[in-house]
Amino acid sequence: MSIRDMAASKRRRPVFFNLMQIQMPVGALTSITHRVTGIFLTLSVPFSMYLLDLSLQGPQSYEQVISLFHKFAFRGAAIIFVWVLAHHLLAGIRHLLSDVDIGSQLPAARRSAWFVNLGGIAVALLAAGALL
Amino acid sequence: MRKNFTGLLAWLVQRITAVYMLLFIVFLLAHFLVDPPHSYPAWHGWMMGSSVSIATVVFFAALLAHAWVGVRDVILDYVHAMVFRVGLLVLLGFGLTALGVWVMRILWMERA
Repeated sequence: MSIRDMAASKRRRPVFFNLMQIQMPVGALTSITHRVTGIFLTLSVPFSMYLLDLSLQGPQSYEQVISLFHKFAFRGAAIIFVWVLAHHLLAGIRHLLSDVDIGSQLPAARRSAWFVNLGGIAVALLAAGALL
Repeated sequence: MRKNFTGLLAWLVQRITAVYMLLFIVFLLAHFLVDPPHSYPAWHGWMMGSSVSIATVVFFAALLAHAWVGVRDVILDYVHAMVFRVGLLVLLGFGLTALGVWVMRILWMERA
């Protein structure tokens, strides 16, 4: 194959991002959730900073932050946040390990993908147990 | 197109910041499990101590760099129209920079 043919076939390469039509193996689910949780975490940064600011401004605003945790809706949001963070961290660790060639073979990769997906939920359940 | 935006440096930044944040989160979690601050003075004193406040600012610097690389990758994958792509990247850059300035104000400038 000439360079020109290779370039042409590279241009014809299908680029297909419609997630609703892709059959997703477990690793794909881990991967896309890693992305979605990353976006969610980025959006949550200003809220976290606001709470940090409030908690440090003075005794009254500190109590305000503490009292937020007495609200059921806030606890629910906190548990979802814990799931998002736990999944993102576990999927990230899986990524780092596969960078150094640990678990990059398919059977091990599928096992670790299950571990990440279920581990994130397990951590969220722990948080729910502690908060509810 | 994509080749012009990505590279070894971004890849490396993503990983180094990830490892730092992971260590910081483990440290934070350990502190809250072993010796949770029960009052405002305890929390404020711990957080504003020089080592913790510096480590926290470094954490947020790592977080913002990490978010830049990650969100940028997502934008480049899903937003193809150049106007929106550049617009979103500019918005992201300014937004993250503003957050960085804010966290330095919170931890270093406000309240003596």
